[in-house]
Amino acid sequence: MIASFPQAMPIQGLAGGLLIGISAAILLLGNGRIAGVSGLGARALGIADTGAPRAMAAAFIIGLPVGAALVALLLGGVETRYPAATWQVAVGGLLVGYGTRLGSGCTSGHGVCGMARLSPRSIAATLLFMASGITTVALMRTGGLL
Amino acid sequence: MSRLLAALVAGTIFGAGLALSGMADPQRVRAFLDMFGQWDPTLAFVMAGALAPMALAWAVQRRAARPVFADSFDLPATRGIDAPLVVGAMLFGIGWGLSGLCPGPAVAGLALAPAQAGIAVAAMIAGMVLHRLTRR
Repeated sequence: MIASFPQAMPIQGLAGGLLIGISAAILLLGNGRIAGVSGLGARALGIADTGAPRAMAAAFIIGLPVGAALVALLLGGVETRYPAATWQVAVGGLLVGYGTRLGSGCTSGHGVCGMARLSPRSIAATLLFMASGITTVALMRTGGLL
Repeated sequence: MSRLLAALVAGTIFGAGLALSGMADPQRVRAFLDMFGQWDPTLAFVMAGALAPMALAWAVQRRAARPVFADSFDLPATRGIDAPLVVGAMLFGIGWGLSGLCPGPAVAGLALAPAQAGIAVAAMIAGMVLHRLTRR
């Protein structure tokens, strides 16, 4: 199966995924909180009124670039191919920020924590953002925007 | 103090996982969503890897009286599926497909590609503020 997907990196994907799951488990069993990046980020910035204590949210968010930097150091770099069209990053980011607040979560909170909890809301949200992401990329491919 | 340290350690492990798994690479994320083109299944492995320990953690949580460093579990109530959830998730998906970025990889990317990730994070913050200003 892998042979037909030359770009795939299943081992790194699985290992990185395990780290993400272990991190979310630490936050749940250690601090009693959901590791949802959109919620914790909003909380750290004072954009959300409810949620984790602000200092705890900030500590988690600060860890994200620290962990990424450590991996980049250990592996001698991490590939980051951003869209050449900056408007896609800007407009996409705006929709991600607005949508994750309206929908109460993103890939981590709904996709990892909520899905593992078998929360109907999170399963619905994950199916919806996957479907709309796939549709968006399909339309971009059709329109020559990829 | 131990709670802050636990959060920092968890965030660091999370960021390492994002960088290792390819999630911090917008082109790879878009390739996962590119079902009708050059599909790259890597993110399915990321998802499987993340869900396994987290499913175990929920099993432990259901039997635990309290978390290790806090007095109680503070978890989202299991409400029904409502319009804000549906519309929010769909808007998020459009942004995810457009940019190849969700919040975690954008923040982690500040250490990898500061200029581009900076634009993404600034735009996400703007979107969050917009939601706060316009909600009823």
